[in-house]
Amino acid sequence: MSGRRVIIDTGNSAVAYAVKDAEVKVIAAYPITPQTTIVEKIAQFIEYGQMDAKMIRVESEHSAMAAIIGSEAMGVRSFTATSSHGLALMHEMLWYASNARLPVVMAVANRTMGPPWNIWADWGDAMADRDIGWIMSWAANNQEVYDFTLISYRVAEDKRIVLPAMVNLEAFVLTHTSMPFEICGEETREYLPEYDPVWKLDPDDPIIMGNLFSPADTMKLRWDMWESMERAKKVIAEAIREYNERFNRNYEGLIKTYKMDDADYAILSMGTIGEEAEVATDVLREEGLKVGTVRINFFRPFPREDIIKTLNGVSKVIIFERSSSIGASGQIMQDLGQSLLLEKMQLDVNDVFIGIGGTDVSYEDIVNVVKKAIKGDLAPLYWYGSEGW
Amino acid sequence: MPEDVNKYLPLSKPKIGISGKTGSWRIFAPEINYEKCVKCHICVVVCPEASILLEDDRPKIDYDYCKGCGVCARECPVGAITMRRER
Ligand code: SF4
Ligand code: SF4
Repeated sequence: MSGRRVIIDTGNSAVAYAVKDAEVKVIAAYPITPQTTIVEKIAQFIEYGQMDAKMIRVESEHSAMAAIIGSEAMGVRSFTATSSHGLALMHEMLWYASNARLPVVMAVANRTMGPPWNIWADWGDAMADRDIGWIMSWAANNQEVYDFTLISYRVAEDKRIVLPAMVNLEAFVLTHTSMPFEICGEETREYLPEYDPVWKLDPDDPIIMGNLFSPADTMKLRWDMWESMERAKKVIAEAIREYNERFNRNYEGLIKTYKMDDADYAILSMGTIGEEAEVATDVLREEGLKVGTVRINFFRPFPREDIIKTLNGVSKVIIFERSSSIGASGQIMQDLGQSLLLEKMQLDVNDVFIGIGGTDVSYEDIVNVVKKAIKGDLAPLYWYGSEGW
Repeated sequence: MPEDVNKYLPLSKPKIGISGKTGSWRIFAPEINYEKCVKCHICVVVCPEASILLEDDRPKIDYDYCKGCGVCARECPVGAITMRRER
């Protein structure tokens, strides 16, 4: 039961298995669809004696995050999971975790914010928290959900980083969909050694966290977070390389490229849409269009250098986003824009909003849009299907 | 306090009087009538400035830091603390 084995289970179970294998000691959570079965599964592990951890039941998500901030500050590896409105309620506490440099890990089951009440997939909940100093990954399948959770602990706790990490998995498409994935069991111990915090609360040597600081000292704290997040690009790549070697995976790094070597056109996306785009890429290739796909695995830190490198030589990028920054553009578009400016590069870009509110996205949808974009028939900022509304 | 950590952290070491003698902010000063005091130590616990210390089981106000909020006088169950105007 304890070694590596392949199981068939949901994305939420994949998170729970990773939390168990990471030997997390404190979990605090409040139920919210579609996250609930993550903490239910963890509670079951604890009740069955398969996991030695404390589950704290709280009255809100704000309290859930506050509780694990407390346990992490005592030097204990901690976890929570939430979604949508629950994440929004946590917002204040998310700053406490990152600014206090507490490397907690949280799974976010990406779900639409209401109203209208909608429990289906949308990246918008997590996107509203992208500027807080959390490492953010987006999984495309249950194997990635499991692996990114473990990699997140490793990177977050790395003494060069010490920032919290959020693992994003889309509502239902991953959270409630079963597929085979390999769990690593006790073999994760060496990859993820016991948590050794850079600071902790100790009654014998009292310290104050979060006392009044001068503006100048506060600015230094933010700079340190900035530097650590920049450094995380290297540390994530290292952590992924070691993970590949130990567990026989073949992750490329902060991004995943597909048929990009000779591509004239690139699809840029994340999560399950990014994986669906690979199928679309094959279809488009069969029709003679030299298309490739770039999938962002880590959105924070934003892998600017990797993306720009792979887009070199491409004439057009078509971005597919499951969220929009209303009044501006999509969030990936914004970050691609800053990357292009910083690298003094120009590119023809289409930003496509698709899958919003949990609408299904099939490879056929992607194929249709990419063909239109290549023909030049697409507005730079395009809501999929809006011509018929 | 973490040492040898190459990081800026929002941590500080508690130190008595780091902001100066805050007792100078006081307008009313608490005074304990030890004949009435029953040594319940409620005042010690409720003082938000931790300015009531124990000396041989008796509460003793540290006027260097007591800001004169009056919580102790309000909470004392036997009315042993009165607030006297200082200025
Ligand atoms: S007046 Fe306020 S600050 Fe002073 S001893 Fe009483 S409770 Fe403490
Ligand atoms: S609360 Fe009143 S009775 Fe109790 S210890 Fe303080 S002064 Fe004495």
